[in-house]
Amino acid sequence: MARTVIPFGPQHPVLPEPVHLDLVVEDEKVIEARPSIGFVHRGLEKLAETKDFIEFVYVAERICGICSFIHGQTYCQAIETIMNIAVPPRAVYLRTVWGELSRLHSHLLWLGLMADGMGFENLFMHTWRVREKILAIIEATTGGRVIFGSCKVGGVRRDIDAAAITRILGELNEIEKDMRGLTKILLDDNSVKARLCGVGVLTRAQAHDLGCVGPMMRASGIAQDMRQLGYAAFNEIKVEPITRTEGDSYARCAVRCGELFQSLDIIRQAFAKIPDGPVEVKVTGNPTGETITRTEQPRGEVVYHLKATGTKFLQRFRVRTPTFANLPAMLQVLPGCDLADVPMIILTIDPCISCTER
Amino acid sequence: MSQEQIETITVDVLWEKVAARRQQGQRLVQISATRLPEHVELTYSFDLDRVLTNLRLLLPGQDTHLPSISTIYGCAILYENEIHDLFNVQVDGLTVDFKGNFMKTSVKFPFGSVKASAVVAAATPVKAAAAAPVTLAPAAPAANPAPTASA
Repeated sequence: MARTVIPFGPQHPVLPEPVHLDLVVEDEKVIEARPSIGFVHRGLEKLAETKDFIEFVYVAERICGICSFIHGQTYCQAIETIMNIAVPPRAVYLRTVWGELSRLHSHLLWLGLMADGMGFENLFMHTWRVREKILAIIEATTGGRVIFGSCKVGGVRRDIDAAAITRILGELNEIEKDMRGLTKILLDDNSVKARLCGVGVLTRAQAHDLGCVGPMMRASGIAQDMRQLGYAAFNEIKVEPITRTEGDSYARCAVRCGELFQSLDIIRQAFAKIPDGPVEVKVTGNPTGETITRTEQPRGEVVYHLKATGTKFLQRFRVRTPTFANLPAMLQVLPGCDLADVPMIILTIDPCISCTER
Repeated sequence: MSQEQIETITVDVLWEKVAARRQQGQRLVQISATRLPEHVELTYSFDLDRVLTNLRLLLPGQDTHLPSISTIYGCAILYENEIHDLFNVQVDGLTVDFKGNFMKTSVKFPFGSVKASAVVAAATPVKAAAAAPVTLAPAAPAANPAPTASA
């Protein structure tokens, strides 16, 4: 059988951002996938050498337009660790709430894109209609829709008052009803199952050996979630990782569906426990030291490695994003699949090229 | 979260140390490089049950060669190709070598040398020989030197 090389991307209907694969195919079967990234590499790590470390949170937030808040939060946590800054408890809870709202809108975005990718247009539009409600809460509490701008070194810039909390909790009840309907279709509909079940299987051993993170890892049976480290308010709000064992595209979808309701539960717990008090502390001086900080973004573990030498500029700002860690697994599951399944498999890792091209 | 262990090693034992971690079932979390005035500092991070441990080694700043660990951890190819493209470190034995075409940067090897400002900033030099584990724990800013390989 003659082999053909089919270029996939960097512009492709399922890819909002550029990544390229040379797909070596025999008939309809993919034999090999050769990746090429770096089309929009922005050099943000280098920028830290010339940008004030306090202002740099704005840059960190812009590493990604979807998990923006948790990038800012992780950066702030890293600086606060180096400088021994005790963040007020109320700010810690607010960060937890915004982080979970961020996860909700990211997962709903992905579920909609997946429906769109398989041609299920009304499911796509319904999913994004629900996502709009989350974005409205985010806009009402932070002023932004995807770039929150609410996290700062030493705390947060905004508070959420009691009346707003009551209103948000009411809205979350409505959103939960909507999400129950959505996930029923996503998990039970035959046409969805036909596109996802048994497609792009990643075993538990492969997920571990290839360094997978996030829903990609948990869908292959590995119960690991960086929220278990206890950062932000997660030392008081316990998180049990949502896992599946099938390791296929359906399992990855199911994990994200489960995490929607987990995030709702975390937000409710956080609002029930949030203490009164200030939301920021004054930060003086420059950082000296080093830390490696990990948090759980919607797409999985993100790693921030910061080094500072006492000036207002960081010596090193290094970010290992979840998509970067999941790329080897994506390349692992493509060989052997049908050409028509390639877009769905790529979608199910929830690729964020913006993160990868930080 | 900042109490992760760093074990400082030399390049000749890198393979042995990494293979031992693979044997223990540790996950390769990341490989991070930092350009220092006279060295390239590499940090290999591993996770086992959410406990992070790190191997650290120093390479010469120029004509830098590094043995690949991609035959031990396949996913290392991404980190090692990135380190080559950004830091001008020649990685030997890569199982998949993009030959400088992995990251498309407008400036070749953007971390390939140290700017004068960074030389001034890096006030605390790093010694390569020490082998005792150190931690990343920062202390009060004024009194805390950079937590590097110094034993």
